Amino acid sequence: MSDVVVARSLNEALGALAERPDATVLAGGTDLMVEINRGLRRPSQVVAVAQVPELRQWSVADNRVIVGGGVTYTEMMTTALADAAPALAQAARTVGSPPIRNAGTLGGNLGTASPAGDTLPVLAALNAQIVVAGPDGERQMGLDQFVVGVKQTSLQPGELIVRAEMDRPRGGQEFLKIGPRNAMVISMAGLALVVDRDARAVRCALGAVAAGIPRATEAEAWVAERINWDYGAGVDDAVAVEFGQRVADASSPIDDHRSTAAYRRHAVAVLATRALKRAFAEGSSGDA
Amino acid sequence: MPDPYTLRVNGADCEVADADLTESLLFVLRERLGLTGTKNACTEGECSSCAVLVDGVLTCSCLVLAASAAGQEITTVEGLGDGRDGLSVVQEAFVDEGAVQCGFCTPGLIVAVHDLLEADPDPSDGDVREALSGNLCRCTGYGRILAAVHSAAATKRSQP
Repeated sequence: MSDVVVARSLNEALGALAERPDATVLAGGTDLMVEINRGLRRPSQVVAVAQVPELRQWSVADNRVIVGGGVTYTEMMTTALADAAPALAQAARTVGSPPIRNAGTLGGNLGTASPAGDTLPVLAALNAQIVVAGPDGERQMGLDQFVVGVKQTSLQPGELIVRAEMDRPRGGQEFLKIGPRNAMVISMAGLALVVDRDARAVRCALGAVAAGIPRATEAEAWVAERINWDYGAGVDDAVAVEFGQRVADASSPIDDHRSTAAYRRHAVAVLATRALKRAFAEGSSGDA
Repeated sequence: MPDPYTLRVNGADCEVADADLTESLLFVLRERLGLTGTKNACTEGECSSCAVLVDGVLTCSCLVLAASAAGQEITTVEGLGDGRDGLSVVQEAFVDEGAVQCGFCTPGLIVAVHDLLEADPDPSDGDVREALSGNLCRCTGYGRILAAVHSAAATKRSQP
């Protein structure tokens, strides 16, 4: 039995994983190869899924966006996905550099499950269902059921991330993050905000400021009642500022090598205020 | 240990045997195939000194598991030359504009600029900065590199 399987179909990938329950799944390599190169991981068996056509598919419908686990950041930015899920495209654009974005995938970001994974707050704000396949078929769950801790998922041995299915609400979307420069940075704090005009709802999720990807549900409910939902009405400054404070209350940041808890908390409040104002400004991304 | 595999590099089939499963494409190119144009610096995707094209896609070779690249078309900096003294238009422009100082980042930049100019024959300054945002150079300050990219683009546009 070969130690490296370069799967060319979903069935082949799942079959290889069924035969090798301890195998490491390799997608774009932007996380796994760093650990291998540093000698932190030494897998004895690898199933490479970057060339599985089913995982590279995506589709856009009136109220739904489906993104295969093998879709790259570059594809999220440069295809019709960018119009259908603008916050996802904005998040993708902040990841690494062009070669990193050519390699890294949505499924890889989910599988690594870092709190700083840039697409994760977007998936949470878009109510994404994560679909995984295994020996017993498919199952799906929300992001809060998929990411169960820092770099920990509920994936079972033999299971593979297949796709994420997310809402396509009518309204503005924003992804914002803070790092030491505008390229090649890992988030010190990240935030996705999605407006659903039909539901008169605002959904906001946070990255790199908690063990998981928290939704600021209290702040979401608070602000939804204080918005003038007429198009182009914008958001009252005082409401936006207090929204920021309330969003920061949903964070539970720590001090680490990238930043401090106090700065992260401050940054989240600033980002939330900024994102809310942008998402309700005239001509904001995703607004119909 | 993976089964022996074949990498297709710059149009030639290269047999790789007795390799460790965890070897990166960068390692195999340099240490097993002797293609030392591709440079080894950060090994974590931060510097793009190891940039190559895999099936025409700009890629950090340090982040590619070599055995998983079997069957794909790999192009390294050694495979790009065509013009004066075997240099490509981009390479000539780097020489003429003095865009090379210590030279360590140059191969990765050359590959990235080839990739950029394939997609966009007349990039703006902003486009160039964005395209090269992952290529770290610690000597030049990037000014000469920017000039070389525009010079190469102009030369390529003037060619039939």
